[in-house]
Amino acid sequence: MSQPRDSYPAAPQDNYQDRQQAGYQDPHRDAYAPPPLQGPRDSIRQEPRLLAAGPDAGWARHTDIFGRWEPQAAGPGLLEVLAESGLTGRGGAAFETWRKATATAGSGRKSLFAVRPVVIANGAEGEPLSFKDRTLLAHAPHLVIDGLMALAAALGQAGTSGTNMYIYAPAASLPRVREALAERPRGKQVRVVQAPETFISGESSAVVNMIANGTALPTDQRRRLSESGLNGRPTLVVNVETLAQVALIARFGARWFREAGTPTDPGTRLVSVSGPAPARDVVLEVPGGVQLCLVLKEAGMDPGSLSAVLVGGYHGRWVRPAEHALSPVGPPGRTARPGAGVIHALDLQTCGIQATARIVSYLAGQSARQCGPCMFGLPAMASILNRIAGGETDHRLATELDRLGRLVSGRGACRHPEGTTGLVSSALEVFAADFRAHLAGYCTGPGGVAA
Amino acid sequence: MKTYLHIDWTSCDGRGLCTELLPGVLDRDDWGYPVARGKVGRERTDVPLRDADRDAAQEAVFLCPKLALSLMQRTVPEPGQRTPGR
Repeated sequence: MSQPRDSYPAAPQDNYQDRQQAGYQDPHRDAYAPPPLQGPRDSIRQEPRLLAAGPDAGWARHTDIFGRWEPQAAGPGLLEVLAESGLTGRGGAAFETWRKATATAGSGRKSLFAVRPVVIANGAEGEPLSFKDRTLLAHAPHLVIDGLMALAAALGQAGTSGTNMYIYAPAASLPRVREALAERPRGKQVRVVQAPETFISGESSAVVNMIANGTALPTDQRRRLSESGLNGRPTLVVNVETLAQVALIARFGARWFREAGTPTDPGTRLVSVSGPAPARDVVLEVPGGVQLCLVLKEAGMDPGSLSAVLVGGYHGRWVRPAEHALSPVGPPGRTARPGAGVIHALDLQTCGIQATARIVSYLAGQSARQCGPCMFGLPAMASILNRIAGGETDHRLATELDRLGRLVSGRGACRHPEGTTGLVSSALEVFAADFRAHLAGYCTGPGGVAA
Repeated sequence: MKTYLHIDWTSCDGRGLCTELLPGVLDRDDWGYPVARGKVGRERTDVPLRDADRDAAQEAVFLCPKLALSLMQRTVPEPGQRTPGR
């Protein structure tokens, strides 16, 4: 596990108070008007939203910048505003937040007695290349808590006596979270649970399992968490960045949210960008649909000197940095799905097959060892990748890798097998020439450098 | 409503009884675990059943030594419809 990286860029300027004075105080009265159609923006210049309060913002700084606000009051009508905003989850699956929340609210109301729902802020990142959630928790914990309380209030409308709230985050983030909860009203209502540092600890059923039983392993989901999660209650597990976005939307409205991004990918997202030296690891807030190349340039890299970019993290895909827009929707050849917001670039000297072999070996080791196809399939895939990377020249190896990938996908309690096979299939596609070279007995390296 | 055979992979141990009772529906993989024939993605965990296979599936549910199988009745999701956590 890598060390926490506080790579937050320069302290941002804000103009939220101007915005509020310009008539954004009552977002629920904002009639939503779609913005004029436009292509993906060619500029990455995004005025900071989530990190607008600057580094290490405490309660005083938070209320100064974003204004005094009562999250409970945002409850009624919040789900409608979230639907208008088009916010999608920032934890990886990019599911529409309002649908997920509405499903949870609905199952609480369906039962004979009103059931108290549960909302869990998920701050477990699990993967070494992701650091945007811990950066957010370090600098804007109050925005996350605002979003958690607002969403909890929205779910608790149906005559329930309140909603249980949790923050689930790795050890390094907890002191900051506890400090933030201690300095605000009603902070005691939120319970804090430590997430272990494993890759799958952030999977939603693993999150619920950890809080209920102390084991962060995914469980079989015969029933959805929105119907029966923590202690049988309807449960909503939401990524911390998504909650911070909810807090901003609840304050400033759906129309404001859509001022950034594209009609199909509105708003902004945080990305954890890493790559070859001298580029530093950095968290950027970028508008939806931004060009991948512009994100790389902003992080100090030259897209021309990169061989491939891993977008979406270890469960994401390799792409050649061409004209890809960073968006969860769009044609596959022109869009790279941001997943949990990980962007990791490889330089021309690094062999993509070796890089992929290392990642798949790691992922095989991170299997929960509960589901047979994953427990046996991923190590088998890692072994074949390592054999190819190490110079074995059997042409059946690539075919076998492809077969194994198709054998394990879709078969597990969580999506660990699919995520891993997706990464491998993108490697087979993007590094096809390198695979051929390896199987013929040499490693070209994308820059023609022998390895 | 459609009937699905749900496989709880955390319980399944690859004993193979289900693949013998449902040879047209389930095959075995390299390690002996059931693979839904001709299905991709999550339909390999919630396997849609034809009416003709329902009795055999019920028997597999009763006889699975690891209690890893169950039948579910569910409305067929509309094409393109996504559900959270699935």
